[in-house]
Amino acid sequence: MYRYDEFDHAFVKARVAQFRDQVERRLSGEITEEQFKPLRLMNGVYLQLHSYMLRIAIPYGTLAPRQLRMLAYIARTYDKGYGHFTTRQNLQFHWPALRDVPDILEHLASVEMHCIQTSGNCIRNVTADHFAGATADEVADPRPYAEILRQWSSLHPEFSYLPRKFKIAVTGAERDRAAIQVHDIGLHLKKNAQDKLGFAVYVGGGLGRTPMVARKMRDFLPEEDLLSYTTAILRVYNLHGRRDNKFKARIKILVHETGAQELTTQIEREFAALKDSDLKLPHADIQAIQNYFAPPALPPRPEGGGVLVRAADDGNSFARWLRHNLHTHRNPDYACVTISLKGIGDVPGDISADQMDAVADIAEAYAFGEIRVSHEQNLVLPHVARADLRAVHDRLHEIGLATPNAGLVTDIIACPGLDYCALANARSIPVAQEIANRFADEERQEEISMLKIKISGCINACGHHHVGHIGILGVEKKGAELYQITLGGSGDENAAIGEIIGRGFGPTEIADAVETIVGTYLSRRLDASETFLAAYQRLGPAPFKEALYGSHAKAA
Amino acid sequence: MKLLAANRLADGEAVWLGPDGQWVEDISAAEVARDADSADRLERIGHEAFLRNEVVDLELIEVEIVNGQVRPARLRERIRAAGPSIHPGLGKQARKSAFTLI
Repeated sequence: MYRYDEFDHAFVKARVAQFRDQVERRLSGEITEEQFKPLRLMNGVYLQLHSYMLRIAIPYGTLAPRQLRMLAYIARTYDKGYGHFTTRQNLQFHWPALRDVPDILEHLASVEMHCIQTSGNCIRNVTADHFAGATADEVADPRPYAEILRQWSSLHPEFSYLPRKFKIAVTGAERDRAAIQVHDIGLHLKKNAQDKLGFAVYVGGGLGRTPMVARKMRDFLPEEDLLSYTTAILRVYNLHGRRDNKFKARIKILVHETGAQELTTQIEREFAALKDSDLKLPHADIQAIQNYFAPPALPPRPEGGGVLVRAADDGNSFARWLRHNLHTHRNPDYACVTISLKGIGDVPGDISADQMDAVADIAEAYAFGEIRVSHEQNLVLPHVARADLRAVHDRLHEIGLATPNAGLVTDIIACPGLDYCALANARSIPVAQEIANRFADEERQEEISMLKIKISGCINACGHHHVGHIGILGVEKKGAELYQITLGGSGDENAAIGEIIGRGFGPTEIADAVETIVGTYLSRRLDASETFLAAYQRLGPAPFKEALYGSHAKAA
Repeated sequence: MKLLAANRLADGEAVWLGPDGQWVEDISAAEVARDADSADRLERIGHEAFLRNEVVDLELIEVEIVNGQVRPARLRERIRAAGPSIHPGLGKQARKSAFTLI
């Protein structure tokens, strides 16, 4: 992975010292809350319902064991012993004291981490496919380009005060696991007919109160033009984005109001002026960054094959874990392992300090010291020899992290919701817990097969409900929680925004409603190979509406 | 009836204005304003504490008394008083009084 150079170290260290001074001045009353608030937000410190919250950037979701151990240390020393992984591959601590934050930042800096640009109207943490650099289906590792974007965008003077926040995601595979089409810029790394690397560029995707799927602005942008084209997009946005209205300030609205064709013309005009400027990436620079992401030397481990073939017939939990929590590695002796942070009844994305330490140990022992965070709030060990899967499973089982449910109905995304968040209108986590408990039976989960439920506690959609196969949005109605259901959303390469199915459901009814939807799918699917999403696309909303709101349904 | 809610500046803890201008961590110890004049007084004391950099995010919240216990009208404020409805072993939610609030 990328290692800080002298400049990076000095920069982050200076920033910690700066923030320490700002906190001291705030606590002594030298500066007011109004003056301090933008400063704390620039360092990832929010004020939530019960306390401050600190959001730590995990660039493109790549973590080293020493970093995870430091997060465990911080969780124990300064928080309540756990952390929460988010849908943007970051980690949040929900209970830090403001007076401790400078010390926390200093600890983070010692392992090359920080909280810069995890808030504010700037370019946020660049996210990437969590299987990057390991998966069999990618043309190249997208993370070097995410790192180039990170370096370029860090404290970029022109783009530090954009009309609104700006999110970029990168994938190197046709199968989109980074939800690039619902980002402000989505980059799909691909090769052209001449075998040259470049990007399909998507612009103007986003969720929130006005969900939109991005428009493809370029089918192939040569890799050396990455920064000049991105700069062109941001210049047009910075100039014309709606600063007059916070709710219309994201680039998706600009794309919608201007029209994709006209906006492309403006971007291309800007790009033509920048194309041969200093922003053109020299091949040697790309190569230098790529070298940081060189995959580990993977020794041949052919002995894994036979063991797994026998284990797969067992019908036990390990066999299920093999079926669901593995992803095909480009080396047939290896696999990418998903560590589910969705134990039945647990808080999606939460991990205890002890679990963090244990995962760091497992990654060092069996996974070449590489750990990833997925936007689905799970962890990934990208390089595990198939021969070691039993050992890895058993070690994960010991710490309660071997739930065999990746991609299944209980692998639910949920935002922190009203349990923590000052913006939320309803709780998300207890809904996720109840649905997971309802579908706890592993055989039943397998029967249902792939089904993505995503829950947000407000219209800002941190839980990505718009792109859930079943999406749940919590709202407040007459002082009580109410949950609206959307069906048919998808965050992959066939991105789609789910459709609202009808009236909402109360907190005690929402799990029943999900049961009804799943039951309708099971009774109407063509066969076991037809997924929920495929069945919904074939059937449309009618049978689900009928099942939910028929004369005996309990709609709120 | 109203209470004055805030977060303590130094650690962010959710607090309420109690008797004698003290900030309390348990909502049941907060001072209840039963009329507009009392509510104004709470706000005035709160604003002075804000200026002394003791608290931030001041808000007068609606409450009622149910079975002799203070109960905020909005769920948001009930959760704030009781702690998150998850991780029952940690923080405010571990207190016995929290269970009756949400």
